[in-house]
Amino acid sequence: MIKASLCGVLLAVVAVYSAPAHAGPMGRLTDMPGDARRGQAILSDMSRASCLICHEIEGLDEKDQGQIGPPLRGIANVLSEAELRQRVVDARVMNPDTIMPPYFSLDNLFRVAEDHRGKTIYSAQDVEDVVAYLKTLKGK
Amino acid sequence: MKLIGPLLPLLLVWSPPAMSQANETPRSGYEFMEAATQALQDDDFLNPGFFLVDEGERLWSKPFGPEGKSCGDCHKSIADSMRGVAARYPSFDAELDRLFNLETRLQYEISERMGGPSLPYDAPEILALTAAVSLQSRGMPVIAPADPALEPFVEIGEQIYAQRHGQLNLSCRQCHVDNSGNRLRGDIISEGHINAFPIYRLLWSEPGSRHRMFEWCMQSVRAEPYARGSQEFIALELYLASRGAGLLIEAPGVRR
Repeated sequence: MIKASLCGVLLAVVAVYSAPAHAGPMGRLTDMPGDARRGQAILSDMSRASCLICHEIEGLDEKDQGQIGPPLRGIANVLSEAELRQRVVDARVMNPDTIMPPYFSLDNLFRVAEDHRGKTIYSAQDVEDVVAYLKTLKGK
Repeated sequence: MKLIGPLLPLLLVWSPPAMSQANETPRSGYEFMEAATQALQDDDFLNPGFFLVDEGERLWSKPFGPEGKSCGDCHKSIADSMRGVAARYPSFDAELDRLFNLETRLQYEISERMGGPSLPYDAPEILALTAAVSLQSRGMPVIAPADPALEPFVEIGEQIYAQRHGQLNLSCRQCHVDNSGNRLRGDIISEGHINAFPIYRLLWSEPGSRHRMFEWCMQSVRAEPYARGSQEFIALELYLASRGAGLLIEAPGVRR
């Protein structure tokens, strides 16, 4: 019963955030299609604000995976390429209070360190490569 | 329903593992450490923070300034005179109209009252004296700031705590309140309390102050840190004291 009502609450949240009126499906950021293998390498590099600091991807050779966000196995079953891209680029569009850092946005940031000022966490091609890799995360 | 349907399995499986609530009893960072790290803190002979305490106790009787006075010449026994002080800092000095934490108070006493050198915030002498003074409150609960003059500073501290900072766009609160108890990389996120400082930090292989830790956190989210000893960091320290009121002082703590 608790699960059912919790589910109801979550459904309402999803209904609000899954289709923001002001943001259409997010198209490719670069001409070059994403390279899933390169994407996996980027995402496995723990020095580069890796997804794995907060998310678990079962099967990857990294023992220090986080549990701040949802595990990403099967994420491609539930999110389209455009939706994956939007979440990597700036998940605040879906949820202004998200803890997820914006990987390709400079909007509304505060006191960014000099070394990183005016730069995004990922380049456009990095985003495409990571999205290409995320698209391979199918299955249960 | 078409949009929602595919998301259902994910939602059913995943819920944030350990959302902690605001008004729960605060948990010291000690509880989030591995047993080996806790053991290091528990034994005064093994605890590397005690080198700092020993140095601080030696400095307590060291003369600073032209009159050749030491802290101990006026305050006498550090054990008696400094008992409980660390548990009620930062504090507001109405006469000087200034907010002090232990370090800035020690800096002030040495340079202004004793006419000694203007030691920088990070001077080893200041850190050592802070450790020796803090030890005298070990086992005593952190006292919530009660002085009305502190209220505006607590508020500033809370704002800084809730403000997202840096390229990674994270606030203190998002990790240390919303996600304490969850794993970030391989580490369990603590509640970010400051009752054990100065700490010996294994990652640094040396002791450090609260403000050095704040700086480290801010750099980790790729933010421009406030200066050590700044009013911003002292205000944050004050807010954390209110958030962690009741926790027992553990100085000198040991952390990963």
